[in-house]
Amino acid sequence: MTSLESPAAPPQSSAIAIEKPGLLSRLVGRLRGHPFAAANLLLLPTMAWLVLFLMLPLLVILVYSFGSRGTYGDVVLGFSFANYVKAFSPLWLPTILRSFGFAALATILCLAMGYPLAYFIALHGGRKKSVYLILVMLPFWTSYLIRTYSWIVILRSQGVVNTVLQSLHIIDDPLNILNTPYSVILGLTYGFLPFMTLPLYASLERLDKSLIEASWDLGANRFWTLLKVTIPLSLPGIIAGTLLTFIPAVGDFVTPDLLGGPDTQMIGNVIQSQFLSARDWSYGSALSFSLMAILLVSIYLYVRRMGSEDLV
Amino acid sequence: MKKIDRELRVMLLDGLGGPMSRRGFIKRAGAAGLLLGASGFFAACGGGDETGTTAAGDSTVSTAEELSKELFFYNWSDYIAEDTLPNFEKEYGVKVVYDNYSSNDTLLAKLQSGATGYDIIVPTDYMVTTMLGLDMLLPLDLDNIPNLVNLYPRFREAPFDPGNKYTVPWQWGTTGIGYNSETVPDFKPSWDMLWDENYKGKITMLTEIRDVFAVALIKLGYSPNTRDTKEIEEAKQLLIQQKPLLKHYTSDTYIDELASNDTWLAHGYSGDVFQAQLENEVVLYSVPEEGAITWLDSMAIPKGAPHKYTAEFFMNYIHQPEVAAAITNYVYYASPNEKAEEFIDPEILSDPQIYPPQEVMDKLAWIEELGKDTELYNQAYAELKAA
Repeated sequence: MTSLESPAAPPQSSAIAIEKPGLLSRLVGRLRGHPFAAANLLLLPTMAWLVLFLMLPLLVILVYSFGSRGTYGDVVLGFSFANYVKAFSPLWLPTILRSFGFAALATILCLAMGYPLAYFIALHGGRKKSVYLILVMLPFWTSYLIRTYSWIVILRSQGVVNTVLQSLHIIDDPLNILNTPYSVILGLTYGFLPFMTLPLYASLERLDKSLIEASWDLGANRFWTLLKVTIPLSLPGIIAGTLLTFIPAVGDFVTPDLLGGPDTQMIGNVIQSQFLSARDWSYGSALSFSLMAILLVSIYLYVRRMGSEDLV
Repeated sequence: MKKIDRELRVMLLDGLGGPMSRRGFIKRAGAAGLLLGASGFFAACGGGDETGTTAAGDSTVSTAEELSKELFFYNWSDYIAEDTLPNFEKEYGVKVVYDNYSSNDTLLAKLQSGATGYDIIVPTDYMVTTMLGLDMLLPLDLDNIPNLVNLYPRFREAPFDPGNKYTVPWQWGTTGIGYNSETVPDFKPSWDMLWDENYKGKITMLTEIRDVFAVALIKLGYSPNTRDTKEIEEAKQLLIQQKPLLKHYTSDTYIDELASNDTWLAHGYSGDVFQAQLENEVVLYSVPEEGAITWLDSMAIPKGAPHKYTAEFFMNYIHQPEVAAAITNYVYYASPNEKAEEFIDPEILSDPQIYPPQEVMDKLAWIEELGKDTELYNQAYAELKAA
């Protein structure tokens, strides 16, 4: 049953991309000696999955993006760049900047919290390592929607945070956290933290501990060892983690929808509303493609700057 | 997704310390009972199909055509009385397969993505126009629906389907203001309340584009269906002014926020506000004096429906006065059925929130599908949200 196995395939393939030296080389090693066809055969379900559920839908969106909205919200196919002209109008500039800003802040916060966590689990986790890892992944067992709803319960004016702070007489009036940019960034940070922690853990776990010892032997203290040895060696994990956090965060629409206010609209909300309430699928498709293009360019620049072109 | 939303809300926001009155509990327990009851009945039906067939062929049912054994009904969630379907099934031996959706978008998307086999759907007024434009509905054989004479005349001549050629009204309501009578003691039935600086951060607006613009257009004294770009622009400016006062734009969470006192003034649908009221009795609903939007959900038969005759027969059944009244008595939305009045709970009938007085009725307007000009609103809304 190809279709049943396939859901596991994409994460696997992305894991290969992230842990290039480790997993991939082990995989290749295992296949060595087998005819090359075997490797191709193994890739078949993944390829079929990608073509069927990634390439084809993308193609449909691409075709739609050159069409226009019919009188009753149907898609009229055609060939016009009008939607792209609209998509790149200055109207959306603040929204796009906000999306990138929120996502960048969330990514930085995730890195700041995820790195120490991953470091602790990888280097000091000991026998409880797998327990800690399960704890990191545990939130995934609940739907993202439910977890985001829970933040409403926590943050609202009569919610957990305000009730506790008020009963301790730390504040008199309830804090307005919900429906502000803060709650959106908080929600994004919370939601994507595991995406940051896991690749960081993977690269820190593989780190050759003797290099750290060597650094100590050669007179570097803990701080300089971290700065000059550990962090540079875990750079692939940092890059993978930031990408895995930043990209979905830029396009997120559930978090700003549920936790945001009137002025926290992100580009994902714009696209969603074009597809649903405005029923202008062509414009929505053009916006999606434009966002993808902007993201691809920024990722390319980012990865080049970080000096690991082989990641792309 | 919306349906999951609703269940989540109930589970989380009420389960975790939200106010929950006994009435609210009873209504929910009732709804759960309906689901269980219905499935139990289906099970029973599966076993006793023969009795069903005899009932349908019974001489008491004088029908030109044979009723089918099944009817596929796709309706909004929580929008029917507990006994409506079981009674129909018992009486005519037709097994009703009942599915739910919770937004017009979902309904349209599902039909467009090729879902066939439904005999009856219940789109809202403007969605009927859209579906007619997309050629998705079958014309009705009105000879099979004589009970249409029971309806109020205005629902027989609704602008989106005058003469009920394609649709039979189900239930109707208004879009007004839900407010907290304790925290907003100076409430006046006016849209101005949603622009009141004193309630900054406690006001919410719906997310439906046309509903949002209708508020500003009505406040400015224009038609909510204007195609005049200047008037739409003016409305947009008014809404931009309002933005800093808003908590957020929401079409679903305001029910809980009203119930938990987080939102004090909400632009919302009548029935949704009544839901909040069941949980928090200080929440009231008001139709502003300047006028408001009225909406009507109607039964229609989508193209490809396998049991057209039975669907029409069912529509006729629904508009027996007692049957129509039972639905209103259960869901608290107004019935389009005039003859049903004598069977409707007097408390509901005299409730101006559900049955507005004539002077308010005169100021209610429909949202009309504007075809190509819808893009004027889409663009203005995009500019509002980006501002």
